[in-house]
Amino acid sequence: MTQSNNQSSSRRDFLKVTTATAVGTSILSTLGSSAHVYANGDDKIKVGLVGCGGRGTGAASQALSTKGNIKLEAMADAYRDRMDKSLSNLQKQFSGEPEKVDVAEEKKFVGFDAYQKLLDSGVDVVILATPPGFRPIHFEAAVEKGKHVFMEKPVATDVPGVRKVLEAAEKAKEKKLAVGVGLQRHHQANYIETINRLKDGAIGDITSMRCYWNSGGVWEPRLAREEAKSEMDYQMRNWYYYNWLCGDHINEQHIHNIDVCNWVKDAFPVQAYGMGGRQVRTDKKYGEIYDHFAVEFVYEDGTRLYSQCRHIRNCWNSVTEHAQGTKGFCDISGAKYETTGGYKWRYRGKKTNPYQVEHDDLFAAIRQGTPYNEAEYGAKSTMTSILGRLATYSGKPVTWDEAMASNVSLMPKEFSWEGQPVTVPDENGYYPIPMPGITKVL
Amino acid sequence: MQAKTALLAILCCSSSVAFAADPSEAKTEKEMKPYTQKITNTDVSFDMVPIPGGEFVMGSPADEKNREEDEGPQVKVKIEPFWMGKHEVTWNEYDIWSFNLDIQRRKLMRLKSDDKEKAADAVTRPTKPYTDMTFDMGHDGYPAICMTQLAAKTYCKWLSEKTGHYYRLPTEAEWEYACRAGTTTAYSFGDNPAKMDDYAWHYANCNDTYQKVGQKKPNPFGLYDMHGNVSEWVLDQYIPDAYKKWSGKGTVEFPVSPTTPEKLYPRVVRGGSWDDDPEALRSANRIASSADWKIQDPQIPQSIWYHTDAIFVGFRVVRPLKVPTAEERKKYNLDPVIPADEGR
Repeated sequence: MTQSNNQSSSRRDFLKVTTATAVGTSILSTLGSSAHVYANGDDKIKVGLVGCGGRGTGAASQALSTKGNIKLEAMADAYRDRMDKSLSNLQKQFSGEPEKVDVAEEKKFVGFDAYQKLLDSGVDVVILATPPGFRPIHFEAAVEKGKHVFMEKPVATDVPGVRKVLEAAEKAKEKKLAVGVGLQRHHQANYIETINRLKDGAIGDITSMRCYWNSGGVWEPRLAREEAKSEMDYQMRNWYYYNWLCGDHINEQHIHNIDVCNWVKDAFPVQAYGMGGRQVRTDKKYGEIYDHFAVEFVYEDGTRLYSQCRHIRNCWNSVTEHAQGTKGFCDISGAKYETTGGYKWRYRGKKTNPYQVEHDDLFAAIRQGTPYNEAEYGAKSTMTSILGRLATYSGKPVTWDEAMASNVSLMPKEFSWEGQPVTVPDENGYYPIPMPGITKVL
Repeated sequence: MQAKTALLAILCCSSSVAFAADPSEAKTEKEMKPYTQKITNTDVSFDMVPIPGGEFVMGSPADEKNREEDEGPQVKVKIEPFWMGKHEVTWNEYDIWSFNLDIQRRKLMRLKSDDKEKAADAVTRPTKPYTDMTFDMGHDGYPAICMTQLAAKTYCKWLSEKTGHYYRLPTEAEWEYACRAGTTTAYSFGDNPAKMDDYAWHYANCNDTYQKVGQKKPNPFGLYDMHGNVSEWVLDQYIPDAYKKWSGKGTVEFPVSPTTPEKLYPRVVRGGSWDDDPEALRSANRIASSADWKIQDPQIPQSIWYHTDAIFVGFRVVRPLKVPTAEERKKYNLDPVIPADEGR
């Protein structure tokens, strides 16, 4: 009868924001924090955004939509045009509350060192949403400066980066800084409920799992070679196609599904076997990444996780996770399971927006001064994805321990527009492609 | 040599068919027949069904069970003849546009492109979806879902260039006229929802997923899945009291509430879906889109092509017998208008 009635005519109602669900609140304690406590919600939290792409802008919008007094005060990006676009989008988004998006000209920072200037600009919380290669450096610096952090997944692209994040995570704990990581399924009601049930033995002991991120791929390269100021500029603008920036799509996207399986097991794999390659996306404009991976992960207790990710159009698509147990089968992403006894369960609760809830949970912890740190599992799930990539690129089994000891860095020595990335194209514009059986990865 | 002969044969054949009244080339209502539209350089085709012109009463009577206020007052509407897709647009059709599969396949076959393909390729294609838009519910033969109204309109534009026939979304009035197919009851099969399972996929019989198109009984016009399976985009902005403005003016010709890119919500979908109960599947029921249909799109700005959470929304195409003039297309906002900052 009313418009609102019509808009929710679907049975699957979408509630915009609910109060924080089990995650976060269950681990809250009454410990004080050395960082500032914003207990009443009337103290203003000043947010800085590092990395102003679509996701960073979205994360800023969600941070600004949490309860209490909050504003975006500083922004940093390698590119001025990205920052300006992001700011105007946020201003549009918050046109009803313009005081929330108040970034003075002197608090807009551009270039490779923009994050440092932002950290020195007096913000309380930073959102780290650049391409993932920069995450370890930015996270380490943010913790050093005593800032609370929300950082997007994955949190690194190589092993030294993962180690750096793990070390900084420990420091963040000591300093009682809150850290959220954008693995938003941990804040999604249907996942929480389903995985809690699995842990309660709904389908017995988990004997194997499988998960997929099979899709048509992401955006096309944005910048043509002839438009680029330098090799560094070219790779930065087309960051998805370069490993130091993205970590390949097993790391950048499939981490979500792998992380869910780690969550179900409460563990991380000890070994991986993989295969993959570039079947369709072979043009030089697609840089150096693969378009398909199939990886078998082994956990310490022998449980195997079969994982696939693919960026090829017009094939079977699926972005899902599944678990087989001694007493049944669970479609985790579908939030349903069936036991061998014939009992069927399906999540019928409310749908929430996990991207909003993850910020609600983080900012509630910041305001209350309660311990909150997702960096460790964020780093280890990132490491799991990297382990899968190393096994695939090498064509050989790789153990967690030997990988964790690796000092192979993908990062450039110098961060400037003139600096050289580790992989550069040949005279025809083609990049060296990792070759199983030949490429050394450790 | 052989290929050349074959090509000649095809050319002769197609021209002779045109001469012998290719049903897709009908010029008058009388000549309109069902036809199959092929999409060149693919093995995909879809069926179009003629819908005769006429007058009907749009909206539901005040005493219809589960009626909502936005379905009235009833309005007398005149409809010009058109063809309508026998089925909802499937992924097989939609992905050709999304992923330019026609061009890729033509290149694999070492064929040359034609003018229609060139014109079609000039139409914007959507950015690639961030995730799997079938949500693992099935692809071949299943209705395409989750597209925005803009995406559905742009697909129609591409299809028009590709085929040389003018396709667009139906207006809300055309959709209801086609759905009712001459009936005045709550559903095209009567008022009794107990018969629903013969005609529609809905919440109670769909096993929590959309279904392949065309498995249930058609309506009197020969259209399948007008009730249920997926709700279908129409051209209109959702205006709750739109009928009030049209009523009392005799018979309205071509009623439509045009859209503008600035006002994205709400817009109209019709027919109800697998995720709805029978009352939402009534011929007169109107469903308004909302920003919540994109709640899980984590980017700002959000995609102009995908409704990440509208897994119950699809569309079907119509082809009016009389192709609108440029002025008419402008007047009613029939063409898609892609926001200036797209292409980021």
